[in-house]
Amino acid sequence: MKMLINVPETVVADALRGLAAAHPELTVDVENRVIVRRDAPVAGKVGLVSGGGSGHEPLHGGFVGPGMLSAACPGEVFTSPVPDQMLRAAAAVDSGAGVLFIVKNYTGDVLNFDMAAELAEDEGIQVAKVLVNDDVAVTDSLYTAGRRGTGATLFVEKIAGAAADEGMPLERVEAIARQVNENSRSFGVALSACSTPAKGSPTFDLPPGELELGIGIHGEPGRERRAMMTSGEIAEVAVEAVVEDLRPRNPVLVLVNGMGATPLLELYGFNAEVHRVLAARGVPVARVLVGNYVTSLDMAGASLTLCQVDEEMLRLWDAPVKTPGLRWGV
Amino acid sequence: MLDADFFRRWMTVTAASVDREAERLTALDSPIGDADHGSNLHRGFTAVTAALEKEAPGTPGGVLTLAGRQLISTVGGASGPLYGTLLRRTGKALGDAAEVSAEQLAEALRAGVDAVMTLGGAAPGDKTMIDALVPAVDALGDSFATARTAAEEGAVATTPLQARKGRASYLGERSIGHQDPGATSAALLVAGLAEAAGE
Repeated sequence: MKMLINVPETVVADALRGLAAAHPELTVDVENRVIVRRDAPVAGKVGLVSGGGSGHEPLHGGFVGPGMLSAACPGEVFTSPVPDQMLRAAAAVDSGAGVLFIVKNYTGDVLNFDMAAELAEDEGIQVAKVLVNDDVAVTDSLYTAGRRGTGATLFVEKIAGAAADEGMPLERVEAIARQVNENSRSFGVALSACSTPAKGSPTFDLPPGELELGIGIHGEPGRERRAMMTSGEIAEVAVEAVVEDLRPRNPVLVLVNGMGATPLLELYGFNAEVHRVLAARGVPVARVLVGNYVTSLDMAGASLTLCQVDEEMLRLWDAPVKTPGLRWGV
Repeated sequence: MLDADFFRRWMTVTAASVDREAERLTALDSPIGDADHGSNLHRGFTAVTAALEKEAPGTPGGVLTLAGRQLISTVGGASGPLYGTLLRRTGKALGDAAEVSAEQLAEALRAGVDAVMTLGGAAPGDKTMIDALVPAVDALGDSFATARTAAEEGAVATTPLQARKGRASYLGERSIGHQDPGATSAALLVAGLAEAAGE
């Protein structure tokens, strides 16, 4: 697999140097792997820190800025960052109002953020944590690592970021973040596997004419393989999986998310099919976002995330945001 | 009796075997994980050997706690905190004695493995590193070589299991038929112990 890289060992550092060059409004510590908004800590406001493996860009570093994250910690590709990074980020953004860790539910992310939270509290930083676990393809039981955090991470980071921006206290920001997660569900499909720079070839073998249903965002195969389907058929499977689990009574935010190698032309076509199926099921749509936001390197495919919102959540969603990856109202 | 030199040797030979086996670990991590186990552990053990050279701790416990701290700070993922905790807790259990017996090491390692089970929530049979570590610790009373064999057999025995923890658990029944990369690297760590002892 050809890649636009120098050597696999430096892909993360190279991307961080490029992010710094493109966004002088961010402080990018390439050596210590921390991206912080330049005006942090913002007096009197809760700091929001997230992070995770690289390879999901623009998540998380592309969501640092006013109205969203205060800092992000990128790990190696598909590998959670280490506690040292999170501690450094927390110290950089804590104004005294406390810090919220937004953690996608993967064993590695959870363990490293837990260790970081203990270290931060030792240093007198008040830390709250919220887990994102929206992927309905995973059975949540005692016998799995639980549902994965995927597309809902964007909704949590945006809405909690707006809440922090309004000056809400830590416990309120945490409660809103939790509310967003509890009201969000996702389902993803892959048309091709992705290739990590370290491996250089696809992480699993997906023959032509087949697709994977219920994939995650780390190149892991899904729950089920089927013969290739049309965009409309995929929309029916994805909407059914999400709606049957969420059973929304309020309007929803819709995220039609590309996995990295699917053109916007196809994503918009898929969005049309998603809307057709949602309308047929009587689910009202409040807002829509279409694009590549929570990606999986060069995987082809898409995920659908719905988030059921009340008036406050919708107001916070609409609030101004100014980050490399998401920007409106400013 | 085992001194700090023995424990340094254990870490160095493990670093070398992780280096040799990195590609195999990553290959095992492809069908049921995310294809990075070898490169992540390689980064960690490279940092361990560098730190041991620089700081040269004088006790067995000092060597292992430093190694554990390095793994936590450099590996990331689940394996960083898990392997880091294994070595750190084992090191702490050894205290600041200049030399320890094989029995003391076995006891300390059991404390380390218990800490890993508490942190990660995995039990034997979940298709994780625990499936190599628990039989190894049980066999340590005999010899390091017996422990190595037990760990290797434990790793191979993960193949027919369905994963219940970690990223492979997302695959459900599709995780069956693949040897667990974490159990495989844990067997390398135990083999390093035997190699360091010249067994």
